[in-house]
Amino acid sequence: MLKTLFDRDTWQEIFGSIQKNKLRTVVTVIGVLWGIFIYITLSGASKGLDNGFEREFEEVAINSLFVWAQRTSIPFDGFRTGRGLQLKLDDKTYLTQRIPQLQYVAPRIARGVFGGNGSAVKREGKSGNYAIYGDFPILVKIATKDIFDGGRFINQSDIDYQRKVCVIGERTQKELFDEKEDPIGGFVEIDGMYFQVVGVHKYTPGGGFESDSDIFIPFTTFKLLYNTGNNVDWFAMAAYDDADVVAVEADIKAALKVKHRVHPDDERAFGSFNLGEVFNKVKGFSKGMNILSLIVGIATILAGVIGIGNILLISVRERTKELGIRRALGATPSEVRMQIIIESVFLTLVAGILGIILGSFVLAIINLMTSGGTSFPYTNPTVPIKFILGALGLMVGLGTLIGLIPAQRAVSIKPIDALREE
Amino acid sequence: MGKSTLHVLKGVDFGVESGEMVAIMGSSGSGKSTLLNILGMLDVADSGTYDLDGKVIKDLDETKAAIYRNKFLGFVFQSFNLISYKTALENVMLPLYYQKINRKERQKRALKFLEHVGLGPWATHHPNELSGGQKQRVAIARALVSEPKVLLADEPTGALDTKTSYELMGLLQSINDQGITLLIVTHEEDIANMCKRIVHVRDGVIVEDKKIKQVKASQYVE
Repeated sequence: MLKTLFDRDTWQEIFGSIQKNKLRTVVTVIGVLWGIFIYITLSGASKGLDNGFEREFEEVAINSLFVWAQRTSIPFDGFRTGRGLQLKLDDKTYLTQRIPQLQYVAPRIARGVFGGNGSAVKREGKSGNYAIYGDFPILVKIATKDIFDGGRFINQSDIDYQRKVCVIGERTQKELFDEKEDPIGGFVEIDGMYFQVVGVHKYTPGGGFESDSDIFIPFTTFKLLYNTGNNVDWFAMAAYDDADVVAVEADIKAALKVKHRVHPDDERAFGSFNLGEVFNKVKGFSKGMNILSLIVGIATILAGVIGIGNILLISVRERTKELGIRRALGATPSEVRMQIIIESVFLTLVAGILGIILGSFVLAIINLMTSGGTSFPYTNPTVPIKFILGALGLMVGLGTLIGLIPAQRAVSIKPIDALREE
Repeated sequence: MGKSTLHVLKGVDFGVESGEMVAIMGSSGSGKSTLLNILGMLDVADSGTYDLDGKVIKDLDETKAAIYRNKFLGFVFQSFNLISYKTALENVMLPLYYQKINRKERQKRALKFLEHVGLGPWATHHPNELSGGQKQRVAIARALVSEPKVLLADEPTGALDTKTSYELMGLLQSINDQGITLLIVTHEEDIANMCKRIVHVRDGVIVEDKKIKQVKASQYVE
């Protein structure tokens, strides 16, 4: 069998019969080519979507979670139901001591984010109303903040000295500063207090509730400005990479319930949100897309290969006489069969490889067209090499199987009947 | 190819010696072609025995039949049966391909036989560029290239005009003179007379089997 496969004469025989009917060969090849093309394009596209989602989530740590306080829904420990809860700065130490899986905890406080007005911000006659966040430098470990060149985010000494510095958004800069003005080092007045601008942050979409006009100031300065004491609005946290975010989230809430004397079964006392779960849902979606493209692709390849089998069946019928002559001259049935099967596999493979090339070409074009914008979650559409090899293997297998039918037909006729055929 | 069976041959008993040139004669439907096909292992007899070169040919599966055909037999058909997309040379090379002989050797041998039938210069022509007589000579070269013991010809001159027929018979006679056994099915008296023995088949039985004095085809061809 292997000897037949690598024999130059075998190929000459096969090329001879393929060249005999070029149009039919081309049409046949298109069937499978289309199948593999669909497969490659689809799975490449779904991989691109996958990569796109991954890129979107790159901005935030995938294992990050957020916890905030709400109202109790179960009376407990002498407290009535509906008691408003307030997170405090010392909850951070409480949590980090009890939950070792927590890598970073950033207490946050804000005005004008969840209802309520933002703060009035003025500068040289220009003014606006913006959301103000009181933050710790550790926040950037959980949610990346892109700061334009020349600026910085809040640092530890800002916290220590309660400095009146702020990081403003792209839009804030546009609205409060002239176009050619360098905002770094400039001053803005937030609720009657002057702050020096130390950085401008880039707006990144998909980050939740934050916008391009947010102003970040040191947590300690916020506390001073708005007299919020040790209150914390919510904790932004990140678990270690190998931790199960959902379990960590449950642990955190349980710990907080103990500290804030809330009934252990009170589901509504603390609210939380974790990106890991959302990320897994999105991953599940793109996994579904992958499976879908796999099924569609394989089904299309199958249809194409059946097409090849069909055409070969016709071809064998047309060549009945020729095959009869060959058998009269001494071709054994297995030689005739082998020739037709190799023909089938060869056609399938050539079609497949052309399809892969065409599919890759289309993917490259799609990539070129989508790589510019960031709004569409689509990056680097690729098909893993093992999928391609798998598809090729599948085609060889199917090509052989489907080739068996015409091959068997070719030898099922007695040579004398084959010779009589006109 | 329906289910109905027709008994074409009804008990045929004859032998051919090595080096003979036998004409099998009969009108159409007499069973002469069937007899040749059974001898050529293209068809199988319902019963009876068949010895070829001292070997009993029986329980023939297609694979074995193919190997015997390739080794011992050469075929010439009325309609030439050349493969249209192959050149004359490639057609002649084909039996050797199935003998797994390498390409160079096949080419060499095939060319020798093409030259032998006088078609050396036509080696690279396709069958549709050849005349009927030339096509049949290519077919003869193809039948001879595997150096068979017996050459079986089914109406070899059936599609040719008289002059070409005689030329072809001359070629077959010269092949026979080299010691190859020939069986020729024909219904033409003059063709049969160019053989050395005539077997008449009618309604599936041999009605006459006689040795004759061979008429040399060369006397008709100037």
